[in-house]
Amino acid sequence: MTLAKSENLVPWLRKNLLKTPLDWIITAIIVGLCLWILPGLWNWLVWDATFVGMNRSDCTGEGACWPFVWSRMGQFMVGFYPEHERWRLALLPLWPLFFVLGALLFRGSWPRRFGVLTGGVLGFPLFGWVILKGGRWGLAAVDTAEWGGLLLTLFISLCGIFWSLPLGIILALGRRSKKPFVNKVSVAFIELWRGVPLVTILFFSSVMIPLFLPKEMDVDKLLRAVIGVTLFASAYMAEVVRAGLNGVARGQYEAAYSLGLGWVRTMMLVVLPQALKMSIPGIVNTFIGLFKDTSLVLVIGMFDLMGMIQAASTDSQWLGCTYEGYFFAGVVYWVFCFSMSQTSLRLEARLQRNHAASM
Amino acid sequence: MPHSFFCFLVISLIFLATHGIAAPNTLEVVKKRGVLHCGVSQGLAGFSAPDSKNSWSGIDVDLCRAVAVAVLGDGTKVKYRPLSAKERFTALQTGEIDLLSRNTSWTLVRDASLGLDFPAVLYYDGQGFMVSKKAGVKAVTELAGATICTQTGTTTELNIADFFRAKNMKYKLVVFEKNDEVVAAYEAGRCDVLSADQSGLYASRTKLKQPADHMVLSEVISKEPLGPAVRHGDNQWADIVRWTLFALLEAEELGLTSQNIDGELKTSKNPGVRRFLGAEGEVGKDLGLRPDWALSIVKQVGSYGEVFERNLGEATPLKIARGMNALWNKGGLHYPMPVR
Amino acid sequence: MSQSQPHIRRPRKVSWVSIWLQVLLLAIILAGFYVGGQNALENLQRQSIASGFGFWDRTAGFGITQHLIPYGESSTYGDAFWVALLNTLLVAILGIIGGSVGGVLIGLAAFSQNLLVRLLGRVYIEVIRNIPLLLQLFFWYFGVLRSLPSPRESYSLGGVIYLNIRGLSIPTYSFRGGGWSVPQLEGFNFTGGLVILPELVALVLTLSLYSAAFIGEIIRGGILAVSRGQWEAALALGLTRFQTLRLVVIPQARSVILPPLTSQYLNTTKNTSLAAAIAYPDLVLIFAGTVLMQTGQAVEVMLLTMAVYLGLSLLIALSLWLLQKRWATHDLG
Repeated sequence: MTLAKSENLVPWLRKNLLKTPLDWIITAIIVGLCLWILPGLWNWLVWDATFVGMNRSDCTGEGACWPFVWSRMGQFMVGFYPEHERWRLALLPLWPLFFVLGALLFRGSWPRRFGVLTGGVLGFPLFGWVILKGGRWGLAAVDTAEWGGLLLTLFISLCGIFWSLPLGIILALGRRSKKPFVNKVSVAFIELWRGVPLVTILFFSSVMIPLFLPKEMDVDKLLRAVIGVTLFASAYMAEVVRAGLNGVARGQYEAAYSLGLGWVRTMMLVVLPQALKMSIPGIVNTFIGLFKDTSLVLVIGMFDLMGMIQAASTDSQWLGCTYEGYFFAGVVYWVFCFSMSQTSLRLEARLQRNHAASM
Repeated sequence: MPHSFFCFLVISLIFLATHGIAAPNTLEVVKKRGVLHCGVSQGLAGFSAPDSKNSWSGIDVDLCRAVAVAVLGDGTKVKYRPLSAKERFTALQTGEIDLLSRNTSWTLVRDASLGLDFPAVLYYDGQGFMVSKKAGVKAVTELAGATICTQTGTTTELNIADFFRAKNMKYKLVVFEKNDEVVAAYEAGRCDVLSADQSGLYASRTKLKQPADHMVLSEVISKEPLGPAVRHGDNQWADIVRWTLFALLEAEELGLTSQNIDGELKTSKNPGVRRFLGAEGEVGKDLGLRPDWALSIVKQVGSYGEVFERNLGEATPLKIARGMNALWNKGGLHYPMPVR
Repeated sequence: MSQSQPHIRRPRKVSWVSIWLQVLLLAIILAGFYVGGQNALENLQRQSIASGFGFWDRTAGFGITQHLIPYGESSTYGDAFWVALLNTLLVAILGIIGGSVGGVLIGLAAFSQNLLVRLLGRVYIEVIRNIPLLLQLFFWYFGVLRSLPSPRESYSLGGVIYLNIRGLSIPTYSFRGGGWSVPQLEGFNFTGGLVILPELVALVLTLSLYSAAFIGEIIRGGILAVSRGQWEAALALGLTRFQTLRLVVIPQARSVILPPLTSQYLNTTKNTSLAAAIAYPDLVLIFAGTVLMQTGQAVEVMLLTMAVYLGLSLLIALSLWLLQKRWATHDLG
């Protein structure tokens, strides 16, 4: 496919673009489309765009008004998080660092390493919560209503993914269980959550959960949304993990049982590590879906990246900059999701290779 | 494994259930918390809107501040919860907010069946229409066949249906969840007419690219008494909100402002003023508040006149005249009950 | 697995422990429901909020722009529910059809001989899949709106079909009256005929484009799952590429394709709930929006809404499962 030498150009074209008359037509249409769309896009994005300015009236060109995005960049990233408290964000990477070190320390001892990693993964959102929310360890309290932008998007989706994994494993095991009641409950739970739209779940969690709680119990609105998202994601995760569990050969169970391992240890030491490894691509895909879906929290009045951009575009100084905002949001989401999906593809390929090698 | 999880779940649920049965009153809750949770709009200039630093202003916001002053003595101790029209009543019912101050119309159904109480009216309004000047429409009756954009979850939808049905005119309604989306759709030309409370129309007009090209028709098709709402059944809290609002009005009637109030407190011989400011009698105590509650309200928030001019008046982009919202003795409808 | 290894260490007492645990689980779930329900009742009663479905037969008193069944301001909340449900179903069905057609094209594009087609298919999938649906919806809705003219400057096709920012007006034939109703500009808008709302167009377009990317990947995966030898054998037998695809590859690929396709259809159905963001009168906007607001009965309305979506999901899952079963028996016979 690559064009090695110029003298191969004609046969290359003939083979790849112009094989049949139909191909001639299709190629012409696509080239025409590109010639029609791309210059306009380029002009709007770059050529006619304004890059420096203080407000809307500085954007005189026909193209995009980028100063809008620059001037609100801080808010797009962290919302209304107080400026003098933003240094706390730098503390967040400490947690994974700490636990990667821990995992390295316990090299060779799988159960302990597993324990450390689990603790690290589950604890990360908690750590983030404490650091960002403050109110202890000498940190000033920052109300969750002030969180926003990409920070909020990441917080909700990370909480969702990290906590839905253990829940999903439990549900998947429950669905495979031979105990009839455990099995039915798991199936019902999974299908129930997978059957309703996230919007209704978010509305339910944000507005109606307090109705089902005793009166003076005040659960933070963000926390309620996170719980809703987590339960929603756990149903999807359960199906991903179940597929992984189905992929573990029966001989593995039999070997583990014959070694005298009980159910718990068979699962923890033999089956789950293999099943989870196989589920990694599915887990990443679920995460991508979740990451995109967090944009729905704007429906319940939270200002995530999308919500923040929408709110900013109604600022009277920047009227009519909606498309610039949406374009920026699209690029950010795309970069995150695309890099994750590429990672997942690479992992999948590696797993397949390993699998093939071990056979 | 699953069992221990479920076990944890049930124990925590039982714990929650046994935890609180008695319904404490809102005043105690707010005092204990030290912060007033106030439900406001998601952004309606003049009523409640955040600036780019997320600090809120508007007439609804000033009422929140006044209640916080009355109860906690500090107008900054308010946490604003921006709510969509759809969320607002549920948020109040579930206790997520203590006070709903979100340009909400007082109607019979809301008062009687939604578990709400409306202590008083903050702003007398009516539903109106905004059209492009190019359309050449002068009166509401010329709107037959028009496409109308409005926000869902409001009385607006019902009023339009009633009005057009009574006049036997056809119309098409396009409803959005957020006011910003309504304005965007109107601006894009999706509808001929934007309908909302008149005050809201003036506010929305400032968000258009060419405000001068659009006009708000003078006629209104409904009565919209906008005011705060509280949970039904907590009379003490309703009283506090009602009299906080009356205090703003009473201050204007007595000629008190945030500027002159310290002087008046020292010099005034008027028993009405002295009672109002807590120098005589114990009206504050009867409400469960401090004796200087009204004094602090006027000091920190101002009188109704000041609040109106600051947020809606001629000096603001909205440029709304007092009209119905003048005091009763100046030809308006605001009539604070006697403070005694 | 328990049956397959009777000789392996399995504690005998497990049966009654398991029963106990299940009883405990049942108790916990019942207790959870009981406590939650009790709290809700108490909270509602204390604030004297009405409960139950008494509102169902009351007059709704608001208009809905698009109704597939007769609806007017004097209709009831119950009628509004059915109108909204049908609107949701309409979008779901159109979105599924559009997504499937687009998905097949995108999926087959991956196997085209033409490099540009392959490239375009890949770029399309990678762009669409990695951007939130809500963002795409806003883009298309306001994009569609901006590009359309006002009613007075409508695009017209032969003086009977008009396209403008208020929608696409087409003539309708009434069987009862036995005559054509042709759209005409009257005052602000066109009257007569049928108007297809721009919200509907934007929503169906977005849902179709979005799910086409996913369905395309599913179809590509399904075709790849059929081993290369099958292709080569068929081609060697003298079948054309198209025949090979239709007679050899698709029958084998469809059993691989169906399960992920089912969940994609479910997703499309659930994603119709985003309609509320662009003023399309679906179940969420009308029922879980306006009706919820006017009646104030959030619990009943939300639970019913969620139940409807759940029912739709189960229905789709069931019908595709039946299809799969039929294929399975068909293939065997």
